[in-house]
Amino acid sequence: MTEKPKEKVLVLIPVYNESRSIRNLVAEVKNLYPEMDILVIDDGSRDGAADEARRGGARVVNHAFNLGDGAARQTGFLYALRHDYDYVIHLDGDGQHSPREISLFLNALRRDEADLIVGSRFLGRYTYQLPRMKKIGMKLFSLICSFALRRRITDPTSGFRGMNRRAMEIYTHGYYPQHFPDADVIISSHFRGLRITEIPVTVGATQSNNLHQGGTVIYYIYKMLLSTFVSSLRFSRDKPNP
Amino acid sequence: MLLKQKMLAVGMAVGLLIFIIETVRRRRLREEYAWLWVLIGVVILVLSLWQGLLRAITSLLGIELPINTVFFFGLMLVVFINLHFSVKISQLTDQVKRLTQELALKKEDPPERS
Repeated sequence: MTEKPKEKVLVLIPVYNESRSIRNLVAEVKNLYPEMDILVIDDGSRDGAADEARRGGARVVNHAFNLGDGAARQTGFLYALRHDYDYVIHLDGDGQHSPREISLFLNALRRDEADLIVGSRFLGRYTYQLPRMKKIGMKLFSLICSFALRRRITDPTSGFRGMNRRAMEIYTHGYYPQHFPDADVIISSHFRGLRITEIPVTVGATQSNNLHQGGTVIYYIYKMLLSTFVSSLRFSRDKPNP
Repeated sequence: MLLKQKMLAVGMAVGLLIFIIETVRRRRLREEYAWLWVLIGVVILVLSLWQGLLRAITSLLGIELPINTVFFFGLMLVVFINLHFSVKISQLTDQVKRLTQELALKKEDPPERS
């Protein structure tokens, strides 16, 4: 477990129609890390996920309608900046990520290992069967990221990440994708001067796949290729305001 | 260009221009979006009325019939106008996203005390 933080830490969980898992998840985080605040961004759920999160003890911010997983995270970053949080650690609301591992991110952030810490299931482990197509896609984007950053990035699609205020500022002043904030975030972060590192995490089976609906695999690959390419071209325009 | 074709093109261009001006007058179309439509109307009108210019462009581009030059320019402008709309829609999407985020943060719920 982690020592008592002197800093303000926000655990951010974006949800979209995840009422089945969110309450237990929030309760578990609260139980493990009573000193941290939990913010759930309800991205226009229609299944009462916001109420479930509130019952679990989280603060809840509601989008009036579904904007996308990237937009939901970005709302959380805005919240964290305005409420003076030092670190944000975000995980998916579908139970894939283990709250126990939040402390790994916090420790890495405290040691100032990087501005963005990405939890990698390929450095750690995953306890479910990854569909073959998905695995190939992940490998492709891992190669693209590794090429852009000139060092190995194993899991660019991971939704388990931690960051400091520097990263939050860049993600709220400049570009942050509205949908699928995956490989292009890593590449654009690199070009915008953020330090990125991966840490091993354990990823379990998802209890839902709502946040990633709305796009087919082909659309995802097209969008990611275009945005990773564009990310590497436009970094200079997105420098944060001093 | 045959007289029939010329009358058709002039008629369409004039009709389009009248329609645009009337829509702007009724405040149903903003001036900033009207200019591209006005441009299309004017280009078609000029090409229909100024036969010398139309013939010169037609032979320059190697097009067989002058009326096809009118259609070609009309089509290119429609492509351009659609691209312009896609850019505007992207801007509006970003604005709606930011407004939704700001509204959500303004209405943030306090945590439930149990």
